[in-house]
Amino acid sequence: MLVVAVRNPIYSALALLVMFFHVAGLYVTLHAEFLAAVQIIVYAGAILVLYLFVVMLLNMRQDDRYHRQWPMAAVVGGALAIEAVILTAMKGWTTPVVAAGTETTVGGISNTAAIGDVLYSTYLFPFEVASLILLVAMIGAIILAKKDLGEREA
Amino acid sequence: MIPLSYYVILSGIVFLTGVVGVLLRRNIIIILLSVELMLNATNINFVAFSQYLHDVAGQVFVFFALTVAAAEVAVGLAIIIALYRAKAAINIDEFQLLKW
Repeated sequence: MLVVAVRNPIYSALALLVMFFHVAGLYVTLHAEFLAAVQIIVYAGAILVLYLFVVMLLNMRQDDRYHRQWPMAAVVGGALAIEAVILTAMKGWTTPVVAAGTETTVGGISNTAAIGDVLYSTYLFPFEVASLILLVAMIGAIILAKKDLGEREA
Repeated sequence: MIPLSYYVILSGIVFLTGVVGVLLRRNIIIILLSVELMLNATNINFVAFSQYLHDVAGQVFVFFALTVAAAEVAVGLAIIIALYRAKAAINIDEFQLLKW
């Protein structure tokens, strides 16, 4: 993919945006329409804008070449690729046992309703923990990005 | 219907791209973008399996992964800004503060 190959970080972020839209399209083909919408809103809308904002804030020049540990990267990447090929060759192209049933629509309700049902009943506690994670991340980001906090307190 | 293995292979390719990007690039922001790539690869896997097993829990987990990704981006970019204020550089070659 282009994200890794392009030198200018802005082009790289835009390539990632294209990739996010492709993933959202994949979700639609997998009958996960709610997740596709969330993917576009959260990733393309929020995260990418944050990235572009920081890229332009830091005002980088054209970045220099790749890291000089590229032999190690090539070794690790090659090993992972070979492992993946071997695994797929070993397992063959066995199609998994598809459970009988309708699409993702559980009991005739839509995808979004099904997700909401499970999210707020079975996964209620992880949901609360996720909100706590977001709160901590927000506070941490503010404190980290705040100017000369350390000098005043030290 | 598209076989499940296609989705798994695609997600493997995307994950591999992310790993190579993390190892290869010097720019911290690109490294964070590559981490996003890897998270998206796992999300593709989650959704594909949740579709093929007819279990909606996988999509709920994608939701949580999305939350963690958002938190990671916020904190990571704040760290990048703090580092940039300290060193006026974003190449990871410049940051050897933790070496001993």
